[in-house]
Amino acid sequence: MNLAELQKKLIAAARTNAPGDGVPYAFEKRVMALLASRAVTDDLALWVRGLWRAAVSCVGIALLVSAWALFNPASSANTEDLSQNFENTLLASVDQSVQTQ
Amino acid sequence: MERTEAELISAVLKGNAASFEPLVQKYSPRVFATARRYARRESEVEDIAQEAWLKAFEKLGSFRGEAPFEHWLMRLTVRTCYDFLRKHQRNRESAFSDLTEPENDWLERFRTQSEAVSENTDAARLLVARILERLSPPARLIIMLLEIEDRSVREIAALTGWSVPLVKVRAFRARAEMRKILAKLPKDKYM
Repeated sequence: MNLAELQKKLIAAARTNAPGDGVPYAFEKRVMALLASRAVTDDLALWVRGLWRAAVSCVGIALLVSAWALFNPASSANTEDLSQNFENTLLASVDQSVQTQ
Repeated sequence: MERTEAELISAVLKGNAASFEPLVQKYSPRVFATARRYARRESEVEDIAQEAWLKAFEKLGSFRGEAPFEHWLMRLTVRTCYDFLRKHQRNRESAFSDLTEPENDWLERFRTQSEAVSENTDAARLLVARILERLSPPARLIIMLLEIEDRSVREIAALTGWSVPLVKVRAFRARAEMRKILAKLPKDKYM
């Protein structure tokens, strides 16, 4: 059997079989309805995406700040001053009441 | 007053989704005709057409207006059809033993009098549809566009997004694949 000739005949047969271009009734209405429902879902997706981005940014900032704190520790002198000042401030009212007595 | 395509597209991009409907109405016949070349069941054809239009809506922002909207839409539709073929690759290795009587008779007549046999018969059309279903998705797409729709290599490259050399390589392979399938046709209808 001559396969090249067979292929040629079959391709010619396929060419005579042009598909129809009929469109189902109200097809465009169904497409528009689908698009409308997808638009609602997409608003939610927008929010979710935005919130995820915010969460990722917050985590990023927290990591940066942690890294900065780790590699730039506060000097002990400053720490002492700060804690002493804090204590003095807190106990100032107590000291005053003791003095007046 | 009827709006032009450019006006409709511009309105859709500005948020007026309802302006998309006239485009769907106008070009759905072409989309359906294209989809019917790649799917047999009408439910599948409608799925392809729907998917093509949904993609067209999503990607409308990428339409630059340098070529007619119809060309851009057809590119998208062909790619949707190709995605469908890839997703729905059925077992293509089915035997040819289930050829119908008219198909067998047509083959028999071809064997004895190849020039006299007419290709314009239902049996020949059924046979070629069966063979096309057995091709791999890229081969089927290429045979459909190149051999049946008689498009140029450049047109196919534009429609599919493949490079021209890739289209040529796939065309060579597709023809070889088709010949391989034809070689498996029963040599004698009584076998």
